[in-house]
Amino acid sequence: MLTISRDLYDKIVAHARKDHPDEACGVLAGPAGSDHPERFIPMENAERSPTFYRFDSTEQFKVWREMDDRDEEPVVIYHSHTATEAYPSRTDISYASEPNAHYVLVSTRDPDRAEFRSYRILDGQVDEEPVSVTE
Amino acid sequence: MAIEVRIPTILRTYTGGAKEVEGTGSTLGELIDDLEARHAGLQARLIDSGQLRRFVNVYLNDEDVRFLSGLQTPVKDGDTVTVLPAVAGG
Repeated sequence: MLTISRDLYDKIVAHARKDHPDEACGVLAGPAGSDHPERFIPMENAERSPTFYRFDSTEQFKVWREMDDRDEEPVVIYHSHTATEAYPSRTDISYASEPNAHYVLVSTRDPDRAEFRSYRILDGQVDEEPVSVTE
Repeated sequence: MAIEVRIPTILRTYTGGAKEVEGTGSTLGELIDDLEARHAGLQARLIDSGQLRRFVNVYLNDEDVRFLSGLQTPVKDGDTVTVLPAVAGG
């Protein structure tokens, strides 16, 4: 189960809409071991593509170093799909490399209704989980 | 001579759970050879056909080694090498 505040949920959806038709991507950091997302960190999509995303390697280093300094970890790694459903693609599954993170997919294919879904991805296995949005 | 190497969560199965290990070498390539001697299988996660894998980021201190000399990048005692799997997808 992913538990996320309304504020962070809205920020992710807004980021995805803003970058459409390119894929948007980012992180929600939270205290290590808490499974509680707290800090919104939108990332640059270095690919700037409607079908692929990648964190810029230098930016990723800074963000990961900062999380380490603050005793945080990436609780959520999110990205958007701009023309397909909010389900992990084969590349999403093969590159998923943070075993403790919730992988959030947002689809912006419909301009009036964003789809927001969350998954655990471990060793090539995808398991969807419910999302609980707290007000 | 010791170089500190920071290991991401997903590769800690090769280091018995350790998030930091030490190694020696005068280049990044030699350092990885040295780590492989004690952490078998780690090298194959970092290097493919003699090159650093595309979706693994390796940093010497604060710099991505792709902007330095890749596996030929000189390393020395007191340096920190950090490995982070790229975050990417489609």
